[in-house]
Amino acid sequence: MQPAQSSQFEHAALKNYLLDHAYDEMFLGQGDLHRHCEPLLDHFLSLPSEELQRRKQAADLSFLNQGITFTVYGREEGTEKIFPYDLIPRIITAAEWETVEHGLTQRITALNLFLKDIYNEGRILDDGIVPREVVYSCKHYRRQMMGLQVPRNVYIAVCGTDLIRLESGEFVVLEDNLRVPSGVSYMLTNRRVMKRIFPQLFRSYNVRPIEQYTQLLLGTLRSLAPEGRPEPNIVLLSPGVFNSAYFEHAYLARQMGIELVEGRDLVTHDNVVYMRTTIGLRRVDVIYRRVDDDFIDPLAFRGDSILGVAGLFNAYRAGNVTLANAFGTGVADDKALYAYVPEIIKYYLSEEPVLKNVETYLLTRPKERQHVLANLDKLVVKAVGESGGYGMLIGPQSTKAQQEEFARKIEADPRNYIAQPTISFSRAPCLIGDELQPRHVDLRPYVLYGDKVTIVPGGLTRVALNQGSLVVNSSQGGGSKDTWVLSQ
Amino acid sequence: MLSRVADSLYWMSRYLERAEHTTRLLDVNLNLMLDESPISAERRWQRVLDALGRPKNIEWTGEPYALTQALTFDTDNKASILSCIIAARENSRHVREQISTEQWHRLNSLYLQVTRPELQHRTLSEALGAGMTQPSEFLQSVMEAAHQFQGVTDSTMNHGEGWQFIQVGRYIERACATALLLQAYHVDLWEHPERAIDGNEYLDWMGLLRSATAFEAYCKVYTADLTPDQIFEFLLLDEEFPHSVRFSIDSLQCALEKIQGDSGRSRADGLRRLSGRLQSSLNYSSVDEILNQDVVAYLGGIQAQCRAIHETIYELYVDYSIQAALAG
Repeated sequence: MQPAQSSQFEHAALKNYLLDHAYDEMFLGQGDLHRHCEPLLDHFLSLPSEELQRRKQAADLSFLNQGITFTVYGREEGTEKIFPYDLIPRIITAAEWETVEHGLTQRITALNLFLKDIYNEGRILDDGIVPREVVYSCKHYRRQMMGLQVPRNVYIAVCGTDLIRLESGEFVVLEDNLRVPSGVSYMLTNRRVMKRIFPQLFRSYNVRPIEQYTQLLLGTLRSLAPEGRPEPNIVLLSPGVFNSAYFEHAYLARQMGIELVEGRDLVTHDNVVYMRTTIGLRRVDVIYRRVDDDFIDPLAFRGDSILGVAGLFNAYRAGNVTLANAFGTGVADDKALYAYVPEIIKYYLSEEPVLKNVETYLLTRPKERQHVLANLDKLVVKAVGESGGYGMLIGPQSTKAQQEEFARKIEADPRNYIAQPTISFSRAPCLIGDELQPRHVDLRPYVLYGDKVTIVPGGLTRVALNQGSLVVNSSQGGGSKDTWVLSQ
Repeated sequence: MLSRVADSLYWMSRYLERAEHTTRLLDVNLNLMLDESPISAERRWQRVLDALGRPKNIEWTGEPYALTQALTFDTDNKASILSCIIAARENSRHVREQISTEQWHRLNSLYLQVTRPELQHRTLSEALGAGMTQPSEFLQSVMEAAHQFQGVTDSTMNHGEGWQFIQVGRYIERACATALLLQAYHVDLWEHPERAIDGNEYLDWMGLLRSATAFEAYCKVYTADLTPDQIFEFLLLDEEFPHSVRFSIDSLQCALEKIQGDSGRSRADGLRRLSGRLQSSLNYSSVDEILNQDVVAYLGGIQAQCRAIHETIYELYVDYSIQAALAG
């Protein structure tokens, strides 16, 4: 995207820092910045560029040596990469955070009520707030969950909601990740590296801590144990070392002190799940699963999956084991259903949504479809069931041929796509070479829902490191930076 | 502990031990090569291959550096140093939450060091051009890394079940390697035990001891007089030297006892019998008795017993049937 209006800053490190209409996380205008960013900018500009490079290298090396990497699929060489890390933290004020926290709490509460409802009475469907066919046609809808009682009615125990900032500075929800959201280990390790590389700066800022996340997650999982299991055996189920998020699985299991298991470690017998240990079989009570529904039980779902555990779903139905998140939560993060979330919040909580949605066109509605087809060069089109930046058309950056291809796809299967305006979401300064340049960022806070809702202050700020890019996914050249929520 | 985790820790440890052993054999023999006559060179490198169990796809072609390159970097060869380090690291990656951060760092850094392609290229070309400084430095650094890994393992990891499985892997591999090493040297060095040794043979004896890091330790016990029987006795039966077969089996037995103690299972009786029998036979044998029998067959027997122990461990702790486990 071309800057609409450019500003030159005096400092050499800022000579290419161009402001445009997008909200900037640091600058208000030329030479004028958000007050809470002043010490941060002063600190960075005061460091000689060699010193910055030295610290940047120290940070990179630290990630590499710790093996904090993700796996890139479909490429033979160099399948393990570090998630690029930007040294300049993103700062969120206490007041901004309060709104975010309030909005997210409201949202996860309503979404849990929604899942309970659609898998039981279906009031919201009877009342016509959400059309039945949107729910039943969703590929993540699990009819096997109908009428099933889940512990404490918690369907979504762990949620990572993606937020972006509009030009006004207001946070809005881009999407909810309600199945197996990842990235929280990067949030935690970014912070650890940051504290090591810039100790004084960090100390001077009164940043709210986030290190308690793993303990809170453990507490949340423990609260979901089946009845009569006061000392539950909690495990983290991973697809294994070839999964792109394996580092995270191992990290979380170790930080929580629970066993990291794979499908082949678990067996079921008489609807009870056991894990295979050197001293024999040991019963499992709660599974924090990082395996998608489709792959988790070859008997109940995809028969060709070797990642799962045969008979797990029956054990779950029998109430002998709890899963976080529950089966079938993916209905609520279907991108078409997303459009109804504000209505869902009003319906269950009788409150106005604190965090707005991005305007979304549903292509099943003829009028909206026509509008979208006529404006493909201006809109973003997304496949409803995809994630990770796949299956997308970014109108302004697309070719005529790509637009035509998407037009055909939309006409063939309108339910499978949604469209949104291209939003120039906020930008934050990043260290590119030895100067600061603005890059688009989003924010993924991690919400836990057990006895109560807990959100550690902050989240993962993802950065679209390619100039002008709006895609922040790690698989698409994104990076991340530490996120500081100030305590006052 | 999960069966899969025990399995991975065991193999991580075995592979690393194997990498270290291969590295040392190469380093020692590249060094000896500087002194030797061309006639014995052929024999010496054949012996290296024997001591490594005749790795598949690798032949002696008369060029020591080419052989070194293949045994070090050739990933088609599952026994090459690089293959072993990759396998050790891969196993550790599967159990990362079970080992300490320090262990992971050490092993991961070693992996990054040896998998850099420019390093492999440089090592070979410089070795061919400018003599052997590079391979030797490289091999030294691999051995040091392996030692450091053992150091951080012993000082940063709980000495619980997982650590015991690491011990089991290390010592079963070591016992086999030392037995195989003695077997490989036997034909050449014990054929004429009565003969006085000359300079070249002295080098060979020294090479054997150094291949098991045993030269200095041997001298402390027997002085620098190298005699075949004493060398055999030392590498096979010494009670205190960490690379002797007896020490390795004692340590293996000790680790297995600890694991059996934790699990308290009567099913471990079979394993206890196997490892106990091997341990006693080493503890109560004299070197003369052994040298009077078919030594090659005897050393082969030790390796076969190690294999049987390995298989029993596998059946008992890793790959047991669910019915048996639920019944027990």
